[in-house]
Amino acid sequence: MTSKLSLGGKAYLALMFLILYAPIFYLMLYSFNSGDSMSGFESFTLSHYADVFADTRLIVILLDTVLVALLSGFIATVIGTLGAIGIVSVRNRWWRHTLLSLNNVLIVSPDVVIGASFLILFTLIGAKLGFASVLLSHAAFSVPIVVLMVLPKLLEMKTSLIDAALDLGASRRDVLTRVVLPMIQPGIYAGFFMAITYSLDDFAVTFFVTGNGFSTLSVEIYSMARTGITLTVNAISTLVFLATLIVVAGYYWVTNRARAAEAEVRA
Amino acid sequence: MSAKSRSRAPIVPYAVWMVLFVIAPIALVLYYSFLDLDRHFTLANYRNFFSSAYLTMTLTSFWYAAIITFFTLLISYPTAYLLTRTKHKNLWLILIIIPSWINLLLKTYAFIGILGLHGPINALLETLGFDPTQMLFTDFSFILVVVYIFIPFMILPIFGSLDKLDRSLVYAARDLGASGWDTFRRVIFPLTISGVKSGIQVTFIPALSLFMITRLIAGNKVITLGTAIEEQFLVADNWGMGSTIAVFLILVMVLIMMATGTSRKGGRA
Repeated sequence: MTSKLSLGGKAYLALMFLILYAPIFYLMLYSFNSGDSMSGFESFTLSHYADVFADTRLIVILLDTVLVALLSGFIATVIGTLGAIGIVSVRNRWWRHTLLSLNNVLIVSPDVVIGASFLILFTLIGAKLGFASVLLSHAAFSVPIVVLMVLPKLLEMKTSLIDAALDLGASRRDVLTRVVLPMIQPGIYAGFFMAITYSLDDFAVTFFVTGNGFSTLSVEIYSMARTGITLTVNAISTLVFLATLIVVAGYYWVTNRARAAEAEVRA
Repeated sequence: MSAKSRSRAPIVPYAVWMVLFVIAPIALVLYYSFLDLDRHFTLANYRNFFSSAYLTMTLTSFWYAAIITFFTLLISYPTAYLLTRTKHKNLWLILIIIPSWINLLLKTYAFIGILGLHGPINALLETLGFDPTQMLFTDFSFILVVVYIFIPFMILPIFGSLDKLDRSLVYAARDLGASGWDTFRRVIFPLTISGVKSGIQVTFIPALSLFMITRLIAGNKVITLGTAIEEQFLVADNWGMGSTIAVFLILVMVLIMMATGTSRKGGRA
């Protein structure tokens, strides 16, 4: 921190960081406790981690969670990117505005309302609740965020580039794959990343549409936490925290590389 | 894009998504809010909703959401301000945001340990000479945990608008003799009001609709609109009543969006 800050300011910020991180580190610390509660640290042990990896059901849930995140992220990215391209191609201002407003409905809606309405939807069309309903729901609530990430990139793209490509004999498909998509790539990456984090973080929507046989990590932790404290959850938390850091770091690495590449192309 | 490249094909999957997952769900919730347990048309759900029991619940839910939003703003604004004054502000900002990436359930779970009868807070109270108290399952713990969770989401938009603020306006105010408080009240705060509004939006609406934290931390002491919806749908199996509350929540959301502009939500809770 810098000299621009007063001592009081520094102390306030330090306190904020302490408050924000303390619960997370508290959780991680007790994952190494040989006792069986989150108070009174007895001695160091890795047995709770052993429990996590020995519990096949838990491992399956972990893998399912990641699978749903990646798949729903991929589906949302495809639909959202195409949707953004579609929205940009709409000339009528009223229509474009309406589409954008409808696009944002799921972003601002409370999760519990999304979950409840999707539950009605899946029940009415007779879909079985489980992997498919969770996957579709996650893809559905991630589509609008992808659109919002891709749209600015499309809007800052020069239309003359597309005209040039078409004049030089490129087919529409070529224009899409070789001109448009490379230009909006950073937006697509950002959208995919956001979709994955939305999926991993979701509890409420999944809770409504998951049915009995299928579970994601959030829902599983909820049911474990309702029955009391199990330090296995702490071990999972630590693993999830580390995975989160790796994903965030990876995301910054990819976007920085994309930005550097872009700068190189422009130069 | 040019007229030549205009094609309707790309928008098809997106249009299908919009009809199926945006328009249909809203229509279905609205439709179900007029159905009774036997799926017959009724206005009883709405009559029920405006009865005293539900009205009290709704007002309490608003009251909690208002308290939560107030404290989150009170803590976050100075933090955001101080962050803009640090040397590597973007790095510090990322560090503030990282906790918001951690799964909500895990953060809530941590507080079950922290606030518990044998947890560190009670240990601290005991060394200070107080008797240990059960803090879990009280409305105090509920507000504490929710404020904790929303702080990063509130800081983010406020940081954005503070960062864009032209410093020379602040210097000008000070040079012209305004006190620190006057400068804040009449220059800084009005110019960053858009960030504050987005922050309120991302806090108030989720605070109304939370149901997981009320169950885990407040132990059914606090009933929010979200808890009521969850209960009607998944426990009481009364989808009609649940939908009615959902319709109300949607209306409130639209009103808040209109009152605070149309900037978007930063996170889900």
